[in-house]
Amino acid sequence: MRVEARILLSLGSFFGFMSALYWFWGHENAGGVMIFAAMLLCFVPGSYYFWWSRRMKERPEDDPNATQAQGAGVIGAFPGTSIWPFTLAMGAFFVVLALVFGIWFLVPGFGLAAWALFGGTAEGRRGGTH
Amino acid sequence: MTDVLDPPILAQPGDHGHAHEGPTGILKWLTTTDHKIIGLSYTVTSVIMMVIGGALAEIIRAQLTSSNNSLVSLAQYNELFTMHGSVMIYLFAGPFAFGGLANILVPIQIGAPDMAFPRLNALSYWLYLMGSITMLMGFFTAGGAANFGWVAYAPLSNSINTPGAGADLWIAGLLLTGFSAIFTGVNLTATIFYLRAPGMTMFRMPIFTWNMLVTAILILLAFPVLTAGLIMLYCDRHFGTHIFSVQGGGVPVLWQHIFWFWGHPEVYILALPFFGMVTEIIPVFSRKPVFGYKGMVFATMTIGALSLGVWAHHMFTTGVVLLPFFSIMSFLIAVPTGIKFFNWIGTMWRGEIWFSTAMLMAIGFLFTFLVGGITGIYLASPPIDFFTHDTYFVVAHFHSIVMALVLGAMGGLYYWGPKITGYLLNETIGKMQFWFLFIGIQVFTFPMYLLGLRGMPRRVAAYPLHPSWQTLNELSTVGAVMIGVSTVLFMVNIGYSWKKYPAGDNPWDGHTLEWFTTSPPPHHNFYRLPRIRSERPTWDYNHPDRPAKAHGHHDNQDEVPVV
Repeated sequence: MRVEARILLSLGSFFGFMSALYWFWGHENAGGVMIFAAMLLCFVPGSYYFWWSRRMKERPEDDPNATQAQGAGVIGAFPGTSIWPFTLAMGAFFVVLALVFGIWFLVPGFGLAAWALFGGTAEGRRGGTH
Repeated sequence: MTDVLDPPILAQPGDHGHAHEGPTGILKWLTTTDHKIIGLSYTVTSVIMMVIGGALAEIIRAQLTSSNNSLVSLAQYNELFTMHGSVMIYLFAGPFAFGGLANILVPIQIGAPDMAFPRLNALSYWLYLMGSITMLMGFFTAGGAANFGWVAYAPLSNSINTPGAGADLWIAGLLLTGFSAIFTGVNLTATIFYLRAPGMTMFRMPIFTWNMLVTAILILLAFPVLTAGLIMLYCDRHFGTHIFSVQGGGVPVLWQHIFWFWGHPEVYILALPFFGMVTEIIPVFSRKPVFGYKGMVFATMTIGALSLGVWAHHMFTTGVVLLPFFSIMSFLIAVPTGIKFFNWIGTMWRGEIWFSTAMLMAIGFLFTFLVGGITGIYLASPPIDFFTHDTYFVVAHFHSIVMALVLGAMGGLYYWGPKITGYLLNETIGKMQFWFLFIGIQVFTFPMYLLGLRGMPRRVAAYPLHPSWQTLNELSTVGAVMIGVSTVLFMVNIGYSWKKYPAGDNPWDGHTLEWFTTSPPPHHNFYRLPRIRSERPTWDYNHPDRPAKAHGHHDNQDEVPVV
């Protein structure tokens, strides 16, 4: 986990340096703010990983001498099939069509999206189809 | 290093059998959360988009064959170049790489059973498909498709200068594909950080996976900016805000800042995956480990970091950007890119090169990308940019770049296609395709460089009758037709080779984990995994007498093969 943290923190530090340089040299606000935000976007997860990396036990994927047996066990939940992503995307499709063709598209749009969110959450609680 | 397998951990033949008893046919496609099927859907959809975008390009080139051609009207021409650029950038190149091949390969290359969030992955695909359909729907509206260029500069893109549903559909489609990209970025990052197999440390990951990690981080940094900008643009068009209009106190050039703050990292979001693909292809077909593994990784990260500081080199001629800052940053990108070229050549050096179609495509990529990259360095210099801005020189530069990516994409399809489908493509047709594509690209782009230097502006449907412009344009069209022929040859090859040449699990004697599993891989990817002690676990397993050495200890003589 340490390498992952370092990648994000080094990227964030570079963006921090760049945003300071650009802010004082460029006298242009939009770009300075955007690079600064990029720095935050690296620092937030990066510092979290760094914090964890000092507290967690070394994972088998970080151990250069690990055997496959060390990774045995449940890796995670991987649902086999689910209709809800498709339903949610259809909802999003109708929502953006409302931006173009009229507000009434929001009805099927939000309807499908809400149905998908409830359905997907319930499916997640059951642990998926497989 | 022994050649004994560790105990199988993920799946046994017969295990998880129930996973195959799910829906079939179209319902299987609609409900799947398997990264391989989603990745294949992405690949097929994006290749269809490439064909659509390519067809638009052929019409553009046909129009430009003579100076005052009337094949299409001026208004139709505006739609054509807008939608050609949009389809190729938003709907083909990116989704093909990070949605298609990365989706299929990243989990397999790191020994994972699936992507970290399979349902989010499916959502990404459906949003991408719906976004693509939304954008293309513009062609069927009364006012036609979007026609303000793929960059939608304000104030041209406001509701007075570009009224109509086509432009709004363009914005709406981009919102959906933008979210799709962001979700894929989240998924790739989480997969790489959390689902690697035991022993697969970060510095043992295949270079393609490394490149996809940097790409995913760039997606997360850049795409939200575009989405925010699109929402602002929509508000300006419909809700009476004046964010980008001078009349209401807004700043039109702000759109350019926002767009290019996404747009330049996007160039690397497009390019890095293809860098990764050729970095996988070249060592395998040179029978050597990749030269300078860590150098490659750090070069990729440096490119990613620098790419966020170069956006305004697209805006030099606006007169309101800091020229030295953006010029220096843009020049600096040449350094890590140069390291990559050095390493690619170093990998081939004294290797036993097998000129398969995939390898030819990769070598073609190197040449074409070098041409595009070096002309990019010219353009990073403000005096040259002032002279060539908005001319065909710029068009030629980025077409060298993106056509190099097409070569990389084709290399990737020939290299990994057998893993995905279980069947090889015909090499003879493949090599014909390569030569048509490679020569076509050069015949297509080189005249455009000259046209640009002679002053021909981009985005014009007609040009003054000038003998040298006419000849160069004709030549460029010939190149475009050759590229079209190469695409037809690719389709012919798929039809001709359909289930004809079974590939086996490891047709190229590959290095990385995807060549350890079956072709196509089973549900959850692996029945068993080898011990991972280097960045070439499959090679180590298949060649126990010649295991990969630690970084920095590659001996060319030692690694020369075997076959």
